[in-house]
Amino acid sequence: MAMNRIIVITSGKGGVGKTTCTANLGMALAKSGKRVVVIDADFGLRNLDLLLGLENRIVYTALDVLAGECRLDQALVKDKRQPNLALLPAAQNRSKESITPDQMKKLVRALTKAYNFVLIDSPAGIEMGFRNAIAAAREAIIVTTPEISAVRDAVRVIGLLEANDVKAMRLVINRLKPAMVEAQQMMSVKDVQDILAVPLLGVIPDDEQVVVSTNNGEPLILDKELSQAGTAVSNIARRLQGEKVPLMDLSVPKDSFFTKLRRLFD
Amino acid sequence: MISDFFERLFGSREPVSRNTAKQRLRFVLAHDRSDISPQNLEKLRQEILEVVSRYVELDLDGLEFSLESDQRMTALIANLPIRRARSTPLAADSPVVEATDAKIELGNEPVDLDNTVEEASETADIPLD
Repeated sequence: MAMNRIIVITSGKGGVGKTTCTANLGMALAKSGKRVVVIDADFGLRNLDLLLGLENRIVYTALDVLAGECRLDQALVKDKRQPNLALLPAAQNRSKESITPDQMKKLVRALTKAYNFVLIDSPAGIEMGFRNAIAAAREAIIVTTPEISAVRDAVRVIGLLEANDVKAMRLVINRLKPAMVEAQQMMSVKDVQDILAVPLLGVIPDDEQVVVSTNNGEPLILDKELSQAGTAVSNIARRLQGEKVPLMDLSVPKDSFFTKLRRLFD
Repeated sequence: MISDFFERLFGSREPVSRNTAKQRLRFVLAHDRSDISPQNLEKLRQEILEVVSRYVELDLDGLEFSLESDQRMTALIANLPIRRARSTPLAADSPVVEATDAKIELGNEPVDLDNTVEEASETADIPLD
């Protein structure tokens, strides 16, 4: 039986890591042998191409496909590092209103013929761009950070997803700082989960390596030795496919003599 | 730990991603600002490749073709690695051969979707403690 999953990655609030999650999750799923297409639904402010390092290979966008100016496969940018992964780029010089929910459904429907996973990277906000992004989705990954503003927006988005019949929702808590949680200066995973009441899919610790990976346009999943954040995303990809993977240990190691010594040089 | 210390002391030999970031950002901004559509740029690329390929054999994987701009002007930067020269140039109408993929057309016919999307709670069963 063909196994098709259509998943929107959304958050309400901007800057919490939706696009980074989409890029890395797409890469992780592709690496595990699934055929994956990631759709940039952020028309006018596209960035998924940059995070994947595919920005200079874009010729056509989703809008050109809809206008009949090219076939769908011509617009897809195939990742040379990971042949199972393709990107459907958004147009950069247009607005969120340049595409409709029905058109998005049409694109996704065609893509499910050739791909096991269709990941849709939603724009921030809850307006037209968001409506387009969720239109075709059957599952949702809510990305949030342990900050009150992000969690508040996530609550709103969860309500909207329910109202639009996207019932299979899972939560990713991004940019958690274990030391702050331990010092009781940041909401814990449990705190956030209590408020959102959505099943937890994973926790990604705050990791400087994410900045480096973004700078280079090389998703964390491509690293030979996975960083903490890379491991977290890789675990998320496995859980998404039904595997039971325990949450990684994010407790802060007790200071040894050497770590104390190193702090002196930090 | 010790190597970390020495890296801090003498500076890392890893390529710095900061410069990569600046370079990539300049590049996308040049594209965003330019009035050349990606399609026309692609046509331009194809035509330049055609002309150059008549005289030399190019390494198609190593091609770089981009717009770059500073505050004053935008430039077309092309880096076309040459495998070897052709002793006799090809005829003027020989196109560059590039790989093509399976066609996917937009249609209205229904698609088989997996109707057994797992229960969210089932896959997301992660012990918290």
